[in-house]
Amino acid sequence: MNEDESTAQFEQAILPHLDAAYNLARWLTGNDQDAQDVVQDASLRALKFFGGFRGGNSRAWLLTIVRNTFYNWLEKNRPREVSTAGDEELQTMEDPSVDPALLLARSSNIEAVRSAIAELPVEFREIVVLRELEECSYKEISDVAGVPIGTVMSRLARARKQLQEILTSKPETGGRP
Amino acid sequence: MNCQEIKNLLHAYSDGELDAAGCLEVERHIQTCPGCKQALENLSVLKSAIATAAPRFKAPTNLRHGILAAARQAAATEQPRATRPWQWNTLNAGLAMAASVMVGFFIALQMNPRENKALPIGELASAHVRSLLATHLMDVVSTDQHTVKPWFDGKLDFAPPVNDLAAKGYPLAGGRLDYIGGRTVAALVYKKEKHFINLFIWPSSGSQGTWRRISVNGYNLINWNTPDMTFWAVSDMNPGDLQEFAEMSRDAAEPGERK
Repeated sequence: MNEDESTAQFEQAILPHLDAAYNLARWLTGNDQDAQDVVQDASLRALKFFGGFRGGNSRAWLLTIVRNTFYNWLEKNRPREVSTAGDEELQTMEDPSVDPALLLARSSNIEAVRSAIAELPVEFREIVVLRELEECSYKEISDVAGVPIGTVMSRLARARKQLQEILTSKPETGGRP
Repeated sequence: MNCQEIKNLLHAYSDGELDAAGCLEVERHIQTCPGCKQALENLSVLKSAIATAAPRFKAPTNLRHGILAAARQAAATEQPRATRPWQWNTLNAGLAMAASVMVGFFIALQMNPRENKALPIGELASAHVRSLLATHLMDVVSTDQHTVKPWFDGKLDFAPPVNDLAAKGYPLAGGRLDYIGGRTVAALVYKKEKHFINLFIWPSSGSQGTWRRISVNGYNLINWNTPDMTFWAVSDMNPGDLQEFAEMSRDAAEPGERK
C-alpha cells in the first residue's frame, strides 16, 4: 500500500473524532496549548495501542485514551487538582432549591455559564462535557470514564446541581467573570 | 414513587435514557407535583443554557495536520527515519509497526479498496462530521433555492444545481463551500427530522447511471453522476432513506453548468 492510501485510512478512522478529542481535552485542561499536548500524546498512544482495539465504538475508544492521558498529565502538572469525587448515593442528595427566575436569567449569560462549567471539579466537568457537548450516552460515558453507569448518573446529577448553585449564588457580573 | 425517587429519575428522563415505564411514572407524577415539575424545568433551562453557551472546540488545523503527518511517517515503514515532521520526536520503530497493523485493519474494513481507490471517501465523511461539529454547517442559511443558488455565484467555477426537496420531506437548510479532493466544492445541507444530509457537488465527467454506496464509521455515503457533475450525499440517516433522498435529488436536478 502506498503512503497516500494508508494516510487516507488513518484519516478515515481518527479524523472524525479528533474534534471530540480536542474538545474534551480543551474543557479539561482549560486552555489550547495544554489541550493540544494532551491530544497529541493521546493520538500517539492510540496509534500504539491500535492492535488492541477490537472494533466497535471508535469515538469512545479515542475519548477513553484522551481522558486517561489527561489524568496522567494532570498528576504531573497540576497534582493539586486531582481529587477523588466521593460517589455517595443519589438518595443522600439534598433537594436543589434554586430560584427558577434567577436561574433562567443567569442562564442567558454566556460567560456565566461557561465559567460555571470551568469551575466544576474535573470529574464532574468531564461528565458534563461528554453528556451535554459530545452527547454521549450514559453507557459511553461509563466506558470512557471507567465508572459504573450508576456513578455516571450520580455525578451528572451532582454536577448539574452544582452548576445551578454556582449560577444562582454569584452576584451578577455583567458578563465578565 | 415519592418526590425524591422521581427527582432521581429526572436526569435520565431529560437525557432520554429512561425506559418507557419510567417515563410514564415521571410524566404522571409531574402532572400533580409542582415541585418536581419545576425541578424538571430547571434542568431543561440548564441543559439548553449549556448547549447555547458552551462552545464545542474544534481541533486546530496544525494539530490535525501533525497527527496525520505522524501517521504517514509511521506508515512509511521502509524509511522510518527519513523525515521528522512536526514535533513527534518520540516516533520509533515500534510505533511504525503498530501503525502498519492498524492500516491493515482498515484495509480489511473496506469492502472493495480497489474500487474506492481514487475516491475521497474519508474526506467526505470527515467534511460531513466537521460541518456538524464546528457549528459551520452553513455559510448561507436559507430554505429558498433561489437564495442559495446565487450565493455560490462567484465563489465557484461551476454552478451547482440547487433544489429544495421540502415537498418530498427533505427541506433545504442552506449551503456552504467545502474543500474535497484538492478542490473547492459546493455543499448543500438538507434536513430531515434530526438528521442532516450534506450533498457535495463538483464538476466531473464520471460515468453515469451507477449508484455507489459506502459506509464509513456509521455514516452512509451515496454517489451518483450526471454528465457534468459528481454528487455525494453523506448522512448518519439509514441507507434506505438516504437512497430515497439521492433518487429525489437526482430526479429534481436540472443540469449544472461549467463556467
